[in-house]
Amino acid sequence: MLSFLVRRLLTFVPTFFGVTVIAFAFIRLLPGDPIALLAGERGVSPERHAELARQFGFDQPLWRQYLDYLWGILHGDLGISFVTKKPVLTEFFTLFPATLELSLCAILLAVLVGIPAGVIAAVNRGKFFDQALMTTALVGYSMPIFWWALLLIIVFSSGLHWTPVSGRISLMYFFPTPTGFMLIDSLLSGEKGAFASAVSHLILPTVVLATIPLAVIARQTRSAMLEVLSEDYVRTARAKGLSPFRVNGIHALRNALIPVVTVIGLSVGTLLAGAILTETIFSWPGIGKWMVDSIFRRDYQAVQGGLLLIAAIVMIVNLTVDVLYGLINPRIRKG
Amino acid sequence: MKSTSALFCLAAATLLSGPALANTLIYCTEGSPEGFDPAPYTSGTTFDASSKNVYNRLAEFDRGTTDVVPGLAESWDISDDGKTVTFHLRPGVKFQTTDFFTPTRDFNADDVIFSFERQRDPDHPYYNVSGGSWEYFNGMSMPELIESIEKVDDMTVVFHLTRPEAPFIADMAMDFASIMSAEYADQLMQAGTPELLNQQPVGTGPFEFVAYQKDAVIRYRAHDEYFHGKAPIDNLVFAITPDASVRYQKLKAGECHVMPYPNPADLDAMESDPAVNLMHQEGLNVGYLGYNTRMPPFDNPKVRKALNMAINKDAIIDVVFQGAGTKAKNPIPPTMWSYNDAVVDDPYDPEAAKKMLDDEGVTDLSMKIWAMPVQRPYNPNARRMAEMMQADFAKVGVKAEIVSYEWGEYLERSKALDRDGAILMGWTGDNGDPDNFLAVLLGCDAVGGANRAQWCYQPFDELIQKAKVVSDKAERTKLYEEAQVVFKEQAPWATIAHSVVFEPISPKVQDYKIDPLGGHIFYGVSLSE
Repeated sequence: MLSFLVRRLLTFVPTFFGVTVIAFAFIRLLPGDPIALLAGERGVSPERHAELARQFGFDQPLWRQYLDYLWGILHGDLGISFVTKKPVLTEFFTLFPATLELSLCAILLAVLVGIPAGVIAAVNRGKFFDQALMTTALVGYSMPIFWWALLLIIVFSSGLHWTPVSGRISLMYFFPTPTGFMLIDSLLSGEKGAFASAVSHLILPTVVLATIPLAVIARQTRSAMLEVLSEDYVRTARAKGLSPFRVNGIHALRNALIPVVTVIGLSVGTLLAGAILTETIFSWPGIGKWMVDSIFRRDYQAVQGGLLLIAAIVMIVNLTVDVLYGLINPRIRKG
Repeated sequence: MKSTSALFCLAAATLLSGPALANTLIYCTEGSPEGFDPAPYTSGTTFDASSKNVYNRLAEFDRGTTDVVPGLAESWDISDDGKTVTFHLRPGVKFQTTDFFTPTRDFNADDVIFSFERQRDPDHPYYNVSGGSWEYFNGMSMPELIESIEKVDDMTVVFHLTRPEAPFIADMAMDFASIMSAEYADQLMQAGTPELLNQQPVGTGPFEFVAYQKDAVIRYRAHDEYFHGKAPIDNLVFAITPDASVRYQKLKAGECHVMPYPNPADLDAMESDPAVNLMHQEGLNVGYLGYNTRMPPFDNPKVRKALNMAINKDAIIDVVFQGAGTKAKNPIPPTMWSYNDAVVDDPYDPEAAKKMLDDEGVTDLSMKIWAMPVQRPYNPNARRMAEMMQADFAKVGVKAEIVSYEWGEYLERSKALDRDGAILMGWTGDNGDPDNFLAVLLGCDAVGGANRAQWCYQPFDELIQKAKVVSDKAERTKLYEEAQVVFKEQAPWATIAHSVVFEPISPKVQDYKIDPLGGHIFYGVSLSE
């Protein structure tokens, strides 16, 4: 297991450098001058432009800017945001807990609902539940997030008043947020009703963000289960007189889970992409919206720092998935 | 299903529980501020969160108007040559006492000197703290205009100018001229944390900063010792809500009291919604099509005039502005003093336009129309506007090609003296002074910069330069009125529209006034039960 981990970690090094190059190049390939954007319609004189370019280091050759960026990364410094003048690392980690909290809830919902739904559909192949589930999953997968979120807000928030429209907690609560995770901080605050408020604010964004991964996981579980259910060992298990729950839920599902875990791992990327829209609509103060704002403002440091951190997170998640494979199927670990 | 119902009940119960914050106004702002020091920034979102509610300036715009009234200066004198402006400061003005700063003295001349020198003097310890990007200060030509600032005594400050500048007092009411506490700045510098000046603001204004959760919420409380008297509301909360449709839903659900920038598509629903009081006012802006007057055949005023007559502005107002705009005939908006209502707009007359072009020998004209890639109050959909103009021009035999660039590129490229084509552009006023439109956008000095028509016409320039140095408002009005007549004759732009600004508010909100300068000001606003 240790050598497996070491081998996987070693592949991180070239990937990480690749990401630094892409992150650095990506924002600079976009047309648009950050100083011109800062000045807006008013414009900026050529002298002033040159002065600002010097101050922000934009006058340096690209290779020099890249080396400075790399040097900063190796020293744990992702630079200062061109717009807010705050360290990029501070900005990112102020907002990241909000994205993580929402993403974890969404993936939890997707897994807890998606896997059982996929199993039940596979066991009842061709029956009404299977067809209904697969149709719903297709609709869920094709649903434009923006439209779906607004629909839920209009029905459940404005219409039925069951959930709040947006935000992380009622504005009436005001307490320190040491962890950045509102569910935990609201409990720590000891304020009456704060935790329930945080939960109620999580419901709609979680449902919206979970919709696509849920649909994918349900479909993947169903097809993996169908494949496994026709295997000999499943027939043997049935022949031995094991209960349907043991046959489907333990013998079959364990082997069917391998492709499902892959899909769950890949869903992290989908979740981060979906978080951009979900966070904007639900005024959720996470990194998705922050990245979009930074791209529009051509905030070079924030974009390249943010992309790098997001890539690192995706890499860590992938590593975790690989380790999970090993736990589920020892053959992979040994291979 | 049972558990789902239980969850919804829990959520519903939550909304009814929780500690109530009495007398709190919630403003659903459209974005996060870039910082809390207004001087390094140019965006209205940042100004709302800082200068409009936390700070004051030497002069102020009277709420809901562009009239300049005394602020932290009780009065001012301007010397006969117009080059010396003496401000007499208001005594007894208190800075806000917050969790992070307790002032030991009242506002005085040191604060004024600090607030300007940090933007003016590259050797000032605070000059580079915000990256040295004082864009408004530079954009308003303050480094060239201000020769020196002198403290006569604690309550008197003199600005020595390099030239007479009539709009200077209005400039002093702008956001970049907000007065900071020099004592607080010194304290931060000594503590080695000068950057906190941009994160934890201390001003003299009606609301004091309490806390900011990035991209989520900003909290303020009323400044008890505010020199005009404490605000009627006790707390002010900015709930950051980027999506306009969601802002509307929050207003309907009672989760906010005031929201800016509604979706044009929601306006009809808002009009008939009892949960919304839809306020509106003409914006202090202008959207236009600027020809490149240095390039033939657009160097010929008659050709420009003919093209202006080919544009169906009524259709543009209906389609692009969805009714939320008014036709523009002058380069300044009608709410601005010196607006010349006697000017007659070019009529929409494609036949006459075609004839005029023929008379000038212009046939088979091909041109470019530059369409902005972004939405602005003065042009909510430049692409659509360009398409409509393209169709209008086709009717008079002019072939137009639409081009666009990324916004930063667009701003840069459009300044080129040899730019190929006419450009869709616009302007939102900074200080309510006509000079801020006429000189900034049409003066000879601005050619190659904000004067994107590259239009330098001496009779016009003489009028606006003269108006800059005259301090008598009546005389300035006359000069600007005359300048508008010259503008119309010469037609460097096709003036298209002034937008109408809509502000949906809760019926509970009393005495809210739309700021013609685009800000959101909550002093003087109260909430009814």
